[in-house]
Amino acid sequence: MAIAETQVYMPQAPRPRLRLLEDERWLAFVLLVPTLVLLGMFIAYPFVRGILLSVTSSRVGVPGEFVGLANFYKIFNDGIFRTSVYNTFVYTGVTTVFKLALGLWLAMLLNRNFRGKAFTRAFILLPFIIPTVLSTFAWKWMFDPTFSVLNWLLYRLGLITGRINWLGDPDLAMISIIIVNIWRGVPFFAISLLAGLQTISPELSEAAAIDGAKPWQRFWHITWPLLLPVTMVVVLFSVIQTFADFQIVYVMTGGGPANATHLFATYAYQIGIGTGLLSEGAAIALTMFPILFLVVIVQLLYIRRVEVR
Amino acid sequence: MTRVTRRNVLKSGSAIVGGMAGILATGRAPAFAQGTTVHWLRWNDFVPASDQLLRKELLPAAEKALGIKINFETVNGNDLQPRITSAIQSGAGPDIIMLFNNHPQIYSESVIDLSELASSVGKAEDGYYDLCKSNTVDGQKFIALPWTIVGAMIAYRKSWFDEVGSPTFPDTWEKYREVGKKLKAMGRPIGQTLGHTFGDAPTFSYPYLWSWGGSEIEKDGKTVNINKKEVIDSVKFMTAFWKEAHDEGGLAWDDTNNNRAFLSQTICATLNGASIYIESLRNPDKYITEKGAQLKTDIQHAPLPKGPAGQFAMHTFFSHVVPNYSKNQAGAKEFLKWIHTKANYEPWFVSQKGFATPPTHAWEKHKLWDEDKVMAPFKVAGLLGQTPGYPLPSSGKKPAEVLTKYIITDMYAKAVQGMPAEDAVKWAQGELTKVYA
Repeated sequence: MAIAETQVYMPQAPRPRLRLLEDERWLAFVLLVPTLVLLGMFIAYPFVRGILLSVTSSRVGVPGEFVGLANFYKIFNDGIFRTSVYNTFVYTGVTTVFKLALGLWLAMLLNRNFRGKAFTRAFILLPFIIPTVLSTFAWKWMFDPTFSVLNWLLYRLGLITGRINWLGDPDLAMISIIIVNIWRGVPFFAISLLAGLQTISPELSEAAAIDGAKPWQRFWHITWPLLLPVTMVVVLFSVIQTFADFQIVYVMTGGGPANATHLFATYAYQIGIGTGLLSEGAAIALTMFPILFLVVIVQLLYIRRVEVR
Repeated sequence: MTRVTRRNVLKSGSAIVGGMAGILATGRAPAFAQGTTVHWLRWNDFVPASDQLLRKELLPAAEKALGIKINFETVNGNDLQPRITSAIQSGAGPDIIMLFNNHPQIYSESVIDLSELASSVGKAEDGYYDLCKSNTVDGQKFIALPWTIVGAMIAYRKSWFDEVGSPTFPDTWEKYREVGKKLKAMGRPIGQTLGHTFGDAPTFSYPYLWSWGGSEIEKDGKTVNINKKEVIDSVKFMTAFWKEAHDEGGLAWDDTNNNRAFLSQTICATLNGASIYIESLRNPDKYITEKGAQLKTDIQHAPLPKGPAGQFAMHTFFSHVVPNYSKNQAGAKEFLKWIHTKANYEPWFVSQKGFATPPTHAWEKHKLWDEDKVMAPFKVAGLLGQTPGYPLPSSGKKPAEVLTKYIITDMYAKAVQGMPAEDAVKWAQGELTKVYA
């Protein structure tokens, strides 16, 4: 019979593995796996390893023994460590304030229409694009005790009569590294805040202007509240990066003169890598964690509150 | 079980004889397994011609002679320690690493015993200087193979010292301070680093401390007694000496700044290897004095002045280690043996023009030392230097920790920055006590 001979096409049932991926939970998990592996390898593993190192007497090439919190006790009694903690807070606090103020100012300027806007925006990013070590070496030359172009300029302008010992004086050395960090960080703030500004409808400002609001009032009552969530995220990123900064100080001063500009990271490096006391270096680096963790929690809570409001 | 037959014995015997005959006929060492690469990490030499010589002539010759490939890498001197630390911790990296001063002591558990090689080199070359052994012997064995000593001498401008009434170099700290004061008043200060840098900072601060009767540790190896009158006096003297006679930017200098400052003729004197003079020889028309003469004709070298407790020196010392992790230890040792033979080491030594003093006595007789009188003081650098940890006979782990933490240099740097001398010395006493506890 014809009917009996007709072959009905039956699609093959999907293999169980693929059917599993139709479940969004599994698909999400599979998609997250590469990120989890990367985070595990480059963040979680070093972090756990750091904790394990910090509670041992490990030196370079020598595993050491469990010593509990002895390394932490040792560093809390270390004057250079205390200087490093103080420096890190000053460095992060001062640079963040300046980066925010200058970055916001720059973003407001770049948000206007003017000829060459695209070029200017690209140009502003240069300090952020150039590898940090490279640009810091250029700054090191500019602050060079003997050949400083800044001193030359100030001298020619008649503003100074002798040389300013930029990197040889503890306070000036701190100011110098702060200047370089601000120079490098402002473009990040400017571009991120500019992106935030562009999401704010100009109609709001225009309506306020029609109602008689002055520029400062428009900024304070319209722009700033709407920009606040973006600002908080940018500040959060910046604080984390600045708190753990290494490159600028390492290249500019190496933590000197006489340990006056050490930050957490540079001091941890000197002890862990230079002197080979890995466990003490790990302990110094780890003390950053609770502080940063607290900063992150406070800022994230604040962001959530602002968003809910 | 393999059956040993007469035929097999004859076959293998003839192979061995044939192999030996081949080596003897060609005069070449046995080739290592094909593809053996020895990775050699060194600093960027302050005499660039020497690195060029290694790259273009010596290493190709070594590759040909030993049948290995040599991967030669150079980095900034201050970056050698991060490299060896990460290599040891990760268990992979260069097969031979150059280190400064007593730094090998920090890695003593992670490097191979080079005593056999060191003994053969020492024996062939009339023995090592004491400072070489102090830096590279961990109490029992050579953990590093001494390579060279860069003598630290004060390079100074002869005519400028003449102008202020000092035809010979001042032989005491007091006289040096007086002369320096006059020169600084003329805009020609002394240049000295007190920064965190491997060479010029410790080679100044350690001998200066010793010359006043201070030391980081007493002879018993346990007692820290730096907080005493002699050391406080040395710090007070240094503070005044710094303000009156030095370029105050020196606090931020590394090992290259004083070279640039001297060659730019902004300083009258600086403790250094001979690299400044060698650069002025290399480019005689580039460096011209204010009187129109070539700078090289106005440079002299002198040892550090005497203090109340005598005259001391510490030179920057160089050695090579072979880390335990290296899979090419045999190749690395063969290469070190090859480069330390007179015929191969000599061209490198000559290319240094006296910047580097070899680690053994035999080289004192080399004709290079007679060619240029300005370089003569470097000939005996190896005889005069002490090592960190002096008066201990061996510069072990603790002195290495003190050196890498820059405690002695920082004691003076802190005082120069304004800390009272008593407090600076007290701080150093505290730091040293923690290290030697």
